[in-house]
Order: sequence, then structure tokens, then C-alpha cells
Amino acid sequence: MPRYAMAIDLAACVGCAACAVACKLENEVPAGVDRLWIRLEERGTFPDLAMQYRPEQCLHCAEPPCVPVCPTGASHVTADGLVLVDAETCIACGACIAACPYDARYFDPRGFVGKCTFCEHRIVQGQLPACVETCPTLCRTFGDLDDPESDVSRAIRAARRVDVLKPEQGTRPKLVYLNTPARFGLAAEGALP
Amino acid sequence: MDRRAFLKLSAASVGAVMLAPEAAAVKLPNPLARAPASWFDGEVSSVLTFCENCFWKCGVRASVADGRVWKVDGYAANPKSRGRLCPRGQGAVAQTYDPDRLKRPLIRVEGTQRGDGKYREASWDEALGVIASGMLAIKERYGSESMAFFAHGSGDTWFGEYLPAAWATPNVGKPSVSLCTGPRETASQWTFGRGIGGHEPIDWENTDYIVLIGHHIGEDTHNTQLQDFSLALKRGAELVVVDPRFSVAASKAGRWLPIKPGTDTALLLAWLHVLVTEELYDKAYVERYTVGFEQLAAHVQPFTPEWAADITDLDADAIRTVARELAAHAPRAVVPPGRHTVWYGNDTQRMRALYLVNALLGNYGVEGGFYLAQAPYLEPYPHPAFPLEPAAGGCSGASGGETLDTGFRARVDDGRFFAHTTAVQELIPAMISGEPYRIAGLIAYGVNLFHSIPDVARTQEALRKLDLYVAIDVLPMDHVMWADVILPEATYLERYDDLVAIAHKTPFIELRQPAVDPMWDTKPGWWIARELGLRLGLDAYFDWPDIEAYLDKRLRTIGSSLEQAKAKGTLVQRGRPYLADWEARNLNPFGTPSGRIELYSQTFADAGFDPLPTYEPPNDGPPGSYRLLYGRSPVHTFAKTQNNWVLMEMHGQNAVWIHTAEAEALGVASGDYVWLENQDGVRDGPVAVYATERLRRDCVYLVHGFGHRAKGMRVADGRGASDTALMSRYRLDPISGGAGMRVNFVKLVPGAPRPRLPSLRKLAERSV
Ligand code: SF4
Repeated sequence: MPRYAMAIDLAACVGCAACAVACKLENEVPAGVDRLWIRLEERGTFPDLAMQYRPEQCLHCAEPPCVPVCPTGASHVTADGLVLVDAETCIACGACIAACPYDARYFDPRGFVGKCTFCEHRIVQGQLPACVETCPTLCRTFGDLDDPESDVSRAIRAARRVDVLKPEQGTRPKLVYLNTPARFGLAAEGALP
Repeated sequence: MDRRAFLKLSAASVGAVMLAPEAAAVKLPNPLARAPASWFDGEVSSVLTFCENCFWKCGVRASVADGRVWKVDGYAANPKSRGRLCPRGQGAVAQTYDPDRLKRPLIRVEGTQRGDGKYREASWDEALGVIASGMLAIKERYGSESMAFFAHGSGDTWFGEYLPAAWATPNVGKPSVSLCTGPRETASQWTFGRGIGGHEPIDWENTDYIVLIGHHIGEDTHNTQLQDFSLALKRGAELVVVDPRFSVAASKAGRWLPIKPGTDTALLLAWLHVLVTEELYDKAYVERYTVGFEQLAAHVQPFTPEWAADITDLDADAIRTVARELAAHAPRAVVPPGRHTVWYGNDTQRMRALYLVNALLGNYGVEGGFYLAQAPYLEPYPHPAFPLEPAAGGCSGASGGETLDTGFRARVDDGRFFAHTTAVQELIPAMISGEPYRIAGLIAYGVNLFHSIPDVARTQEALRKLDLYVAIDVLPMDHVMWADVILPEATYLERYDDLVAIAHKTPFIELRQPAVDPMWDTKPGWWIARELGLRLGLDAYFDWPDIEAYLDKRLRTIGSSLEQAKAKGTLVQRGRPYLADWEARNLNPFGTPSGRIELYSQTFADAGFDPLPTYEPPNDGPPGSYRLLYGRSPVHTFAKTQNNWVLMEMHGQNAVWIHTAEAEALGVASGDYVWLENQDGVRDGPVAVYATERLRRDCVYLVHGFGHRAKGMRVADGRGASDTALMSRYRLDPISGGAGMRVNFVKLVPGAPRPRLPSLRKLAERSV
């Protein structure tokens, strides 16, 4: 079974939001909610400045706090390690939304909880997630962490630096950030998944 | 604050704050609802076409299910997309299903004035009949030259070339020249004897050192340019960015030079000085391919880095170091020309200076510098000879427009500009004054007259004086609602256009074909042009029964067919990208009078212009004002995309960027609303403030394209401020005819009300 993961190279990302737009249309995400968003941080004073765009979405944690809290089993982990919500069994109680330390989940106005699926429907067809496929900076890589030759494994090996968000939460994310600009402490150090 | 609402995009910081209440307003879930079926669950078919959300024209694969396009993706075999799309391309689908689209022809209600915005619906037959009789009356009274055509977008082949040439008027303008690329094209033409063209021919794959001057890659998301830029940086190419603002590109650079606005030519002259006096230029290349080095060497003697440091507010050592580093990496070092180059009115000279730096690095036609782009082979449709050749000149600038011996009167701006490109803004005064002759009619196709041409009040005055004003568009844009007759065009996913031939490293032809039928009573541009042509008695030029027959005939000239093009989408040919490729065939790529790269331009000297570039200081503004700079959002194209709810969710309004210390002194903070008032008392806004360290204290910055005042565009209307509205002045570049727009100054007037706007979520829910 593959262990799917994604890496985003922050040295390359320009925050153009092609990923976010592709996600909206691919997954028919309604207006007002997002599966993928971009955070900008700016530091320093003129002319000694640094900034970073960081796309954020569900990290498909290996230890997902959102899964055990689900009363119906709708929030689950697939054999490939994807953290998904079964809309049919979801009662939209919101427990998973509260449990996610990354605010990656939302109430879909159609009556269930929505979140990034790593475009499971595309993966099963042998395609890349929509955000990875379209990125015009090629900052995103995706693939099987257990395959050392996968795009994502190679990208992680080649990176100068690898970060995860909130490592202290012990969630072991499978979305990692590469080559965070180090100036002004733009990102907290984290451990490899 | 909700972290998702914290920030979406940089300039959207304020927009995102505005979105916060909407995120909170999401409806409570209905526990009885069930997962909806997704578009990809059933049968999905693909159609190959190319994107129209900007002029880059990327190949796309449109996914169609149940007669609707749900998604577009990059088409891997297309050299402009390579399987990827930028945010605008990804989001373009939403425009097709925008309920605010123009749906059927409209005729202005009798007795109303232009700008009142009162219309009645009409049939195509009636609307086209009104236009044809208006045009024929103008021809009868003033001559065919008295009709003007302004056109932008893929359909400009119909409304900027085919129809006006058949009709016989030289008064045709494309805003992409004099309001954008004119100076870089003109300078390139008279330096290298070749234009730059629509796709900047930078050999990104092989370059090791890049210097961007006011070139906002990353905020400009021209798809393959961004891909190439990113790949070059990943490969380890070094980057220097010259910009008064800490742009996204600057944040990726090893060195940022926060130059004083308007002084770029001084910096370029200093680089020339260092390259020459330290003998760092490529001597063999200069010897072999250029003329005028001696004159250039003498000319640049006084322009020391210390001289430039005073002018540019940069460090002399930094200036010197960059010149040395450029030379150390040459010829795999490049200073790309950028795109929008109409800045200060002496822009052709600035672009000449930039090209001379490249020429001294020996990088033109060489790996790691500029490659030599070539157009693909393709014959025009075999129509009878047009009475006048198409005059506008496309993105590639200098072409046509010379009307000597044609039997027709010269274009109303003819003779004013050295380059002979149409200066679209210079056709406006003739509409007002009637000099040198009257322009009595205008067809505007896809050009937003109020968000592209400076001095909007003048444009409005001109529109009031016309006998006939027709607008062809997809949306009820600001200027559209002034027209006598409005024709609704189908969006790119619903239509064929003429073939597009792209000059490139690998020249190629791409086909626009419909993925779905047009919504409502909208029609493709080719159909509108043909039906109008037939009503104007131009039958001979429109002998093709439909577009398929037209396209097939053209494609057969290259041994292809419409059937093949529909299946392949993109037809790629072989190019000759480097000097060596030309020399192997004994060809000379330099189309200058001397047949070489002209460091010294005798042609310029003969015409009374500086044969070598000189520095002219920019104008100053009134005390307490800031120079108005402007640029791009990664998710928007000009003023075309602000009614697209998906793109507006990413960046929903612009903000005026001002340095933190200046904001503090004015007593305004990020998120406060202000009016902007320019040196002539013109006001626009309200617009939110974005106080930032990311730009110099002598300027403010606005993303272009916002600030629509168009009631029928319910998403766009009233969001942000328009930079164009604040450009009551421009300074003409006498060489290219370009309108230098960075000569306006604004003050911030605090205390403006926060606009009350409908929620984007509610607006989005109206999508059809
Ligand atoms: S760069 Fe973007 S908007 Fe322009 S044609 Fe390509 S995908 Fe479309």
C-alpha cells in the first residue's frame, strides 16, 4: 500500500493561488469555504525584508486527531493513508473540525464536513492532485513516501530543509514544507514525518 | 481571527479581512443532506483548445460533462502550458457561467445619453442592421477612414485586422502596443532588427544570472514564464531584482535594489559604463555582431556608478557589483525586457539602454540570453486583396500603419511617432477635435476603454461626440454601458476563433474550438464580424460559409486540416533559436539597417532622437503626494476578471500600499479606507490602506484592474480603486507613441466610508 504524501517547496512558491483555484473547481468547493488557502508572512523593515507564502490544507496526518473523535466513523483513514470524510455517514457534528489543529476542515453548506482529499478520485486514476498538476512554479510534489524514487521522496531528499506545521502536536503530517526561507525565523523547525 | 481568514494573498490582506465575516456566515449544516454527485463521477469528455484569460494563450484541455465545462487543465503537448495553468486560466470557467454576462444584443433607449446605461433588448438582425447603416452613413459622409476599431483578445484578428482592413480604415488600435509593450518592441526593432513578440524569448533554461527591472514575475503569472523562472531559480540561477517595491520576485532574489522610481535608465547607463570601462564586455561578440561600439564607449564615460547612485538612491558598490557579476556569468546572464514598459515617456531610450547591456554581455541569440523566436509557417485565408493592410500592429509592435500611396487618408496619429505603431490613445483627440479629420464611429472589441486608456474624462468626452459607438464584449463593463449598440460575445469555451500562430523557440499554431454551445443568445466574434461584413457589402471577403471552412482552408496550407487540428489542438514546428542555427544556413537574423546589432542608431540620429540612450529625470509631484505605481495580481488579468467569483475569492479588492512610516504620519492604518486624489483633483475609491515596509516612502502602489463602476457586474462593482481613473495625465514617448503612465501623483484622503458590498458567497451562489 502506498503512503501518499505531498511536499511544497516554499522557496519556489509565489503564492499565485493557482492551486487554490484548481482545488475549488476540481472539487466544487462552495464559495465562502476553502480546502486550500495561502498564508503570507512578511518580516523585517525596509530594505531588509523577507516574506513567505505558504499554501495550507489538510496534512493527512499519520496520527490524525480528527479521526478518533468522530462519533459515526465518517472521518477515517484509508489504506493509502488518506484522511477522508464519508459524506453519507457524516452528521456534521463538528467534532473533527474542533479537533483539527490546522483548521483544515469546514462545514460544507450541503450538510457535511469537507476537506482536502489529496484528490483521491484523481489518484485512483493515476493522476496527480489538481493542485500539484497545475502549479506553475512546480513547487508541489506528490507520491508514495515508501517509494524512494517517487517525486515526493526525491524532493524531500534534495531539500536543504524540511518543516512540518506544529510538530509539538504529534500529528506526524504527510504534507511537508521544503526550503523555508530561514531569515527572521519564518517557520518553526519541525521533524520529518 | 479565523486563521483561514487571516490572509489569502499579499495585496489581498485587506480583502481577506473583508472576507472574514463571510467565512463566519456559512450556513449551519443540514444533517439530512447527502453527498452530491460529482461532475467526474459520470462520462467526461475532453476538448483541446487554448485559454483566453490572458494573452499568453496556453493550451488547455477542457473537461465536459452533461454539456457543461467543469474544469480546465493545462495541455501537456502545448509549449505555452506544458500541462499546467495559472490561477486565471484555472478560474476562467467561472466566467462562462457568470449570470452577469451580456446575454443578447442591446440597443440604447432612444432619448437617453451615452453613459445613462438604459437599454432595450434587440434581435441580432436588428442590432447588426443598426450598426451597418450607421457605418455606411459615416462612410458616405466622412469616408471609411472615419470609423475606428479598438480591439484586444484573440478575436482582435476579426475586429482589429480582418474587418477593418476589408472596410478600409487605418484607424485601428490595439491597447497592447502603446499602452503596454510599445517601447520594448520599438527599441528591440531598432537595436536588434527584431521585435520581442508576445512571448518574451528569454532562454531561461540556460541562464545563470537574471536581473529583473520592474518585472513582476510571480505577480505576473504568465504561465510558462513563471514555470521557467521558477525552474531557473531551482537550478541555482542567481537573481537580482530592481524595483521600488519588495515584489514577490524581490523576495526570491539574492539582491534587491529598491530604486527610486523613474531612474532606471541611470542605473542601466552605469552598468554600461562598468562593462565598457572595466572591459568586461564580450569583445568577440561586439566585434562580430554590433556597430557603434566606439560611440557607445565614449558616450558612457561620465555615467559612473557614483553618478548613478546619487540619482537612483542605490549604493554605488552594489551597482558596480551587479555589473561585474553580469559579466562574470555572461553570456548566460540576462536582463529581460519586462512587458509593460510605458512608464515615463522616455521609455524607448530606457529599453535601448537595457538591450545594450544585453548586447555587451553577448547574449542575444546565444544560450542563456535571448533566443531568436520565429513565427510558424501559415498562410492567410486566400481572400481578395484588402483595400488597406491591417494597420494596428500586434503585440510585436512596429508594423503597418503607413498609409502612403494607398489611396486612403493616413491614420489620424500618423507621422507623429517614429515607430508608426498605432498609438491607440492618440486616436481619441481626433474624436474630439475632428483634426486632422473626423473619427465619427468606434467599435470597441474586448478593450476596456475606461480601465486601459489614461485620461478617462477625455475618453468619455470623445465617446459623447461619436455618431456611432458599438461595444462587443462578454460582460457589461464600465465602458460597454455607454455604447449605442452592445453585442454579446460567446466566451472562449463556446467558440472558434482564427488560428493563432505563436512565435516561439518551437513555433506553433493553436486552435480555439468550442467545448460547449454558446449560452443565451451570444455569438462568436467570427460570426459577428462576418454578419456585419455581409451587411456592409463586403461579401467578397466573407465568401467562406462558416468558420470551419475558413480554418480548414488555412490549415491545408501547412498540410494539415481542421480535423487534425481539432484532435491535436497544437501543431508544433521547428525553430532556429540561436545565432549558430542561422549562420549554419547563411541567414542573418538582424533586420536593422546595418544588418547588425545597432549600439549606435543612425536611424534615430537622422530622425532627431538620441542615437545613444540618455537619462532624463522623471517629473516631481506636488508636496505631500506620492508617485502612483501599479502592477498585477496573480489571479487577475487587467480589468477583465473582477467579476469572476472564484478569482475574487482569492483576491477580491485592491488596497493602496504605503510605507508604514508614511501611513503613521498620515494617521492611517491597514484596513482603514481612504480616498485617493491625484494632482488634478481626480478622486477614486474608497480603497483600503495596506501599510507595509515593502515599498519606498516616495510612492504608493495599487494593483491594476479593480475599481469597476459597473452596476451590471455585481461581483466587480465598487470593489477597490482604479489606477487608470487616477491617471489624468500621461507622458508620450515620441519614439514609440507609448503613453508613459507613471507620471501621476496621489494623496491619501482619510475618513472614507467602508463600502457596503454584497457578500461574495451570495453572489457566487447565483452562478448558472
Ligand atoms: S497564462 Fe494563465 S490566463 Fe494566460 S493564457 Fe495561460 S493559463 Fe490562461
